[in-house]
Amino acid sequence: MSISLDEVRHVARLARLDLDESELMAFQGELNQLLGHFGDIQGVDVSGVAPKPHAVALQNVWAEDEPRFGLTREQALRNAANSRAGLFIVPTIIEE
Amino acid sequence: MARYLTSVGMEVHAELLTRSKMFCRCEVGFGGEPNTRVCPVCLGLPGALPVPNRVAIEMVLRTALALNCQIAYDSVFHRKNYFYPDLPKGFQVSQYGETNPLGYYGTLDIPAADGGTKTVRIRRVHLEEDTGKLMHLPGGGSGVDYNRAGVPLMEIVTDFPPDITTPDEARDYLQQLRLVLLYLGVCDGKMEQGSMRCEPNISIRPEGSETYGTKTELKNLNSFRSVQMGVEYETERQSQVIESGGRVVQETRGWNESTQSSFAMRTKESEQDYRYFPCPDLVPMHFEEASIERLRATIPELPLAKQRRYQGEFGLSEYDAGVLVGDQSWAGFFEEAVGQGGDPKAVCNWMNGDLLRLLNETGQVALAGGQAVAHGHGTPATVSKVTPAHIVDLVRLVGSGQINSKTAKTLLDDAFSSGDMPSRLVEAKGLTQISDDGFIKETVAQVIAENPGPVEQYKSGKQGVIGFLVGQVMKSSQGRANPTMVQDEMRRQLGE
Amino acid sequence: MLTQLTAAETAAKLRSREVGAVEVAQAHLDRIARLDPEFKAFLTVHPERTLAEAEAAQKRIDAGEAGPLTGVPIAIKDNVSTEGVPTTCASNVLKGYVPPYDATVVSRLREAGLVSLGKTNLDEFAMGTSGENSAFQVTKNPWGRDLVPGGSSSGSAAAVAGELAPLSLGSDTGGSIRMPAALCGIVGYKPTYGRVSRYGLVAFGSSLDQIGPFGRTVEDAALLAEAVSGYDPLDSTSLDVPPVSTEALKDGNVRGLRIALPRQFMGEAIQSGVREALEAALDVLRREGAEVSEIDLPSVAVGVTTYYIIAPAEASSNLARFDGIRYGGQVEGDGHIGVVASTRGGLFGHEVKLRIMVGTYALSAGYYDAYYNRAQQVRAVMAAEFETAFQEFDLVVSPASPIVAFPVGGLSQDPLALKLLDLCTIPANMGGFPSLSIPCGYADDLPVGMLLNGPVGQDERLLQAAYAIERALPWGYRRPPMP
Repeated sequence: MSISLDEVRHVARLARLDLDESELMAFQGELNQLLGHFGDIQGVDVSGVAPKPHAVALQNVWAEDEPRFGLTREQALRNAANSRAGLFIVPTIIEE
Repeated sequence: MARYLTSVGMEVHAELLTRSKMFCRCEVGFGGEPNTRVCPVCLGLPGALPVPNRVAIEMVLRTALALNCQIAYDSVFHRKNYFYPDLPKGFQVSQYGETNPLGYYGTLDIPAADGGTKTVRIRRVHLEEDTGKLMHLPGGGSGVDYNRAGVPLMEIVTDFPPDITTPDEARDYLQQLRLVLLYLGVCDGKMEQGSMRCEPNISIRPEGSETYGTKTELKNLNSFRSVQMGVEYETERQSQVIESGGRVVQETRGWNESTQSSFAMRTKESEQDYRYFPCPDLVPMHFEEASIERLRATIPELPLAKQRRYQGEFGLSEYDAGVLVGDQSWAGFFEEAVGQGGDPKAVCNWMNGDLLRLLNETGQVALAGGQAVAHGHGTPATVSKVTPAHIVDLVRLVGSGQINSKTAKTLLDDAFSSGDMPSRLVEAKGLTQISDDGFIKETVAQVIAENPGPVEQYKSGKQGVIGFLVGQVMKSSQGRANPTMVQDEMRRQLGE
Repeated sequence: MLTQLTAAETAAKLRSREVGAVEVAQAHLDRIARLDPEFKAFLTVHPERTLAEAEAAQKRIDAGEAGPLTGVPIAIKDNVSTEGVPTTCASNVLKGYVPPYDATVVSRLREAGLVSLGKTNLDEFAMGTSGENSAFQVTKNPWGRDLVPGGSSSGSAAAVAGELAPLSLGSDTGGSIRMPAALCGIVGYKPTYGRVSRYGLVAFGSSLDQIGPFGRTVEDAALLAEAVSGYDPLDSTSLDVPPVSTEALKDGNVRGLRIALPRQFMGEAIQSGVREALEAALDVLRREGAEVSEIDLPSVAVGVTTYYIIAPAEASSNLARFDGIRYGGQVEGDGHIGVVASTRGGLFGHEVKLRIMVGTYALSAGYYDAYYNRAQQVRAVMAAEFETAFQEFDLVVSPASPIVAFPVGGLSQDPLALKLLDLCTIPANMGGFPSLSIPCGYADDLPVGMLLNGPVGQDERLLQAAYAIERALPWGYRRPPMP
């Protein structure tokens, strides 16, 4: 399996990573190297095996519906690049 | 011009009535200063982790049960990955999959045009979290308020192919669903506040065609009426597109309430790859039969079933029964009155007529078994003094002939402000209906004697004048004379 | 010298009033000032805060309210949230970010009265095996300043090995505590998944990450684990079990230990010097009465591959929150999407971007089943293989690192080779079982670490065995050549 430059571009777009052409090509090479090894897992016998998305089996962990104070607005906004009128300022949304 | 068949899929999002958010314990509320109900979790700060709200899970399970769904005894949360400013983590925790959502393959009955019911199939009822609110600032630019981020959200989606085929059905489905959610106490259904949102998916196809057309999704509909108008508009717009040789584009469109039209929102639907995978920070849910059955026992009689029962058992009209069930505690008031022996039809008439009028006029609520009752959406200021017992009492007084309906109306007004039992008021004020032959004969004769002009008019053919004459008898008896007897006697004496 | 004492020794001297907490803190601050410009283990030091904490610790000691580690200094990996202290994950994307909250482990350190010295360097967002991927500086190995310390908890390991701190906290996703512990010649321990809260740990591979201790001895690491572990209601994956207990730590015996040595961990990938050092250590243990048997764990062969699908997949999602809006740096761009993409493209380092891309790809439509889902199945197979082994054996042992510390830049031409170094450490993250690296010998005069894996949840027994092994081996912790 190998990945085309267009696919790399697509993945970069999905991941919101702005990359220039040389970076894209470098990543293409490294991705292809890794993907080459991914084929190894196709050979393992996984018939009847359920995926194990958690390391240790737990279930039904939940909290009671009791409100608790979190952060002050000042704490929340402290690290923001831009804030105004108590809001996090975001650049304009341009619908493509 | 070809005839087109409409298909409407309904996607409803309902904010759950929990006290805290879905994955953190920030308070849930409406309004207030931006970014004052936030914490590391709902802000998506690095290192923060989610812990699910047990009550939210229960609310979704109860809704799923009320909607006749199959319950996923093993269910997980997934991450839906995409970028948007109102999405703090860059993913939304939701539920994906065929039989993984807490509820799936259910139904909701809605009233059918012929007075029966129509069954709308439901594909899924699942649990997710709400996003923050993106606002456009007056001076330009946009800002985000994360107060709403992380509020528990229930998503209910109808199944395919769509059972809803008209704008009316779409509206009815939404009304019925909203009422169910109110009856369950899981959502307050305030579309205008956004606690319940509806996004219909509309497509059309030529009559006789088996293939479903391309669908468009409508957003920004803030009322039942908007949903109805929106579906109507889209159907029309799509048919015009096809008629003029074009093709319907799969897109999301916004609804403009002031122009009553939809506009393209230009989002690239096709490029969305949400890369769903089970959220590693949340562990699976597993439910035992016993706990599901315990929840099932908490489901009350649902509105449509109740309405049909009132129609069947008590002979109420569809309309009247509908008004009664339109508010769960209004129906409760009715059932309590009937339980105390009140005649159902009479109780219903008094409730939906004069009592409702009085409540709406004065902005009050009625009391039923200690519970305050408000009909509709408003938050009542004061509690009126009329209880089911008052209505039952009134109904008995009229039914036994002790008072006439005109007196009864005055009594209700009185009881509304004084809280006195109607029968006690009758005694105290001596308001029993007069059905004495002698008295009626005498009073009729007296009125005829005192009103030669109108009598003359009646005798010369003006039948309507009898109303005035009867009214005079009622007046001289302080409204207590039995109106039917007065009417009969008046006709008899005038006819002589 | 105060800085040469272990944490246990320091705590004993503090309790007996032989030394004061401020004195201890100052000694370490002085050494950091003198040597860290060379070691580059720390990203942030805060002497005022440190001394204030030391004073508070001393008050507790004076009032007779000291815990086992009150007054002992500690360094904290910079991907652990510390309120009021910058937490950068060694990334430009989080440069200047000051969290408004403490990670649970940090709250517990405060409760226990430890004295924080500062935040340590790491591979950016914990993604790396050598310590060379920090956006800010490359930490040096106290064993040789041109050598890598290992990663991703490079600074935490170097700090303890370099005696800049007796204790430190790191995080381990595929070996990020145990690998640098091995290369730096100290003890590094990754507890059973879920025994230490992840609340406040900037997530990399959520189902794999665990916070764990570094110490120069097993006892030190165990004491620190005890202080920070235990159920946390803020972490849904937290196990509802008591903290790791040190009560029976010294009660173990090498005699009768049943040790398994998988063939797959002693193959060609392992440097001969490492293999020899491990064999020599195992010989000692055999003489002391342990049984060592060779076993077969076939899934190990695909462990690295499987890990490099799962971890990046989870990371690609975990790192989506870094968009420059609510925290961290921001780079100009066209509109919202432009700013987000420029910020992420411009401020994330190369390795981070690579893993985000791998992960995004592995989860994307059309590839999810073949990659992510299948990897999780292989993971289950691997965990089951180890579980079977643990039914017969107390420990599954291997080298912690296939090679000893190598020169900075030595493997930069072969990024894949770097990833393959995780061969031995990865299974413990995949299976969730506890694992630690202890110094067991030397090759080319550089430390070799022995990796000890135990069954899930049996951390106390693992630590007990490790303590006994540490005592039995003559070639344990040695002071690196340094001032």
